Amino acid sequence: MSTPTRAEIEDFLFLEADLLDTWRLDEWLELFAEDGCYEIPATDLPDGDPAKHLFIIADSMPVLRGRVQRLKSVAAYSESPRSRTRRIVGNVRLLGSEGDTLKVGANFIVQRVKNDNTDSYCGRYDLLLRSTAGGLRFVRRRAVLDLDALRPQGRVSFIL
Amino acid sequence: MHGFESNTGAFAGLLRDDPATGVFRVHRRAMVEQAVFDAEMRAIFDHAWLYLGHESEVPNAGDFRARSLAGRPLLLCRGEDGEVRAFLNVCPHRGTVVCRERQGNTKSFTCFYHSWTFRLNGERLPLPNDEAYSDGAKPDPKESGLKLVPRQANYRGFIFISFDADASSIEDYLAGARIYLDAVADQGENGMEVIAGSQLYSARGNWKLLVENTIDFLHTVPVHQTYFKFLRDFGTDLSSGVSGRGYDLGNGHAVVAFKAGWGRPVARWEPSWGEAEKSRLADLRVQVVKRVGEERAKLIADTDRNLCLFPNLLINDIMATVLRQANPVAPGYMEITQWALAPKGEDPASRARRLHAFNTFLGPGGFATPDDIEAFEGCQRGFGAWRELGWSDYSRGYRTEVDGPEDKIRSDHELQIRAFYRRWHELISAGMAS
Repeated sequence: MSTPTRAEIEDFLFLEADLLDTWRLDEWLELFAEDGCYEIPATDLPDGDPAKHLFIIADSMPVLRGRVQRLKSVAAYSESPRSRTRRIVGNVRLLGSEGDTLKVGANFIVQRVKNDNTDSYCGRYDLLLRSTAGGLRFVRRRAVLDLDALRPQGRVSFIL
Repeated sequence: MHGFESNTGAFAGLLRDDPATGVFRVHRRAMVEQAVFDAEMRAIFDHAWLYLGHESEVPNAGDFRARSLAGRPLLLCRGEDGEVRAFLNVCPHRGTVVCRERQGNTKSFTCFYHSWTFRLNGERLPLPNDEAYSDGAKPDPKESGLKLVPRQANYRGFIFISFDADASSIEDYLAGARIYLDAVADQGENGMEVIAGSQLYSARGNWKLLVENTIDFLHTVPVHQTYFKFLRDFGTDLSSGVSGRGYDLGNGHAVVAFKAGWGRPVARWEPSWGEAEKSRLADLRVQVVKRVGEERAKLIADTDRNLCLFPNLLINDIMATVLRQANPVAPGYMEITQWALAPKGEDPASRARRLHAFNTFLGPGGFATPDDIEAFEGCQRGFGAWRELGWSDYSRGYRTEVDGPEDKIRSDHELQIRAFYRRWHELISAGMAS
């Protein structure tokens, strides 16, 4: 299998962005490898290790499935009614590869609109992708925020 | 003198506290009005003991943390003599914030504006070109160093400060809350530490909403049903429900002590953790008993506790130990900071499980806290109608609180919230903290 091109990686990330902005969360989950994870480090420790340090989010796949199941419930009040989100993913770079695993970096800006507030989240994606017969899959999907704090954003209740 | 004192009569009407009818209500003007907010700052935050940080966050000489509380930029720093000091992070010369890094290690602090430089103990180094000052105007080296916060106390590793030089001792201030703070401090054989990484977030709501929410049990089932479902799906048995009650600990401090079905890292096993963990947790509990005796071990190891240290430090000692602080910024906006506290030298598997429990429940990205924030923000929007719909109710269990019997006081009563608001009201009405 040849190494995916940047254009193919971009297509994958743009598809992902669309799934998230349209809240197609079950389809989004299918983009993860079985050993995948979704992480957001603390804003004062962007290089943290989730086994040793406090994170904002550090989901293994079972937890991430629980997160999606929760977000689909009307009782997940923070996202019911749902936020509208619009995300721009860019500056996508293939930083290295080893076997079927790719190290990819990208930048993001996500606008979240809820309760008459528009909050902005900016940062970078630190990604490990696996190239499989079925297409690319996330092994590590880490969103590293540039924010000093979630102020005034307050929370990350949608998928960032 | 305090400029707002002429207004204090107006604040007397913010609380209805009637033991005869069992009615306890707080007026929503207290959540929206700038005058009330200003009175809180002057009457409460200028005088109370406030939590600034934990000594484990500055383990080595030169380690520092820059924080802010009640509008003041502050600097927590360990000196070459090993002492931890809390300074106002403000240059005495022209008022610039001196240390502009959030954390780090340094030999000295230099204000970039005019190069005034300070040792770790706050002393100012000689000024360059100071012959331009007349003798009477030359800044006195002793008086022009970094200014210490008027009062500072290290209670078992927790660094508290007060802006009131006449504040009572921290031990007197903590009153009945002391044993509950001890129950947190005593969990580690080698002491406790704050785990690296802070959850820094906020809510568009009044700071008191976070305080009352943390010690409010009535909201947990309706608001957090999705979290409890997640726990059940992961094998935690919650069928026994929650049993417990609130206590008024004096000086506005309060606690709800209870038992729930989840496990506690120190030290209450739950079946989903597996049999190997069962014996390890049993050993851990034996160590706690050896250290503090069976009676206190029951409180430390077996009991879940949500503690409010008046005015704004909240400690949830549940499936993880959370230090949470509400920092008022405006009537309708607060900053929230929370840290994970754990025993020093905890084994890596327990540490990882503790962090997992913390992240899934308690943070701004967790399965519960975002829904609390949604509730605060919904309240704050609703408070816009305070002129038409003025009173928030905290009357549950008030007659039981007055008449007893003691054993009928329940965790979903509101005794603990009343304890907080009584002290809050006493202070803003008097215009001065004791």
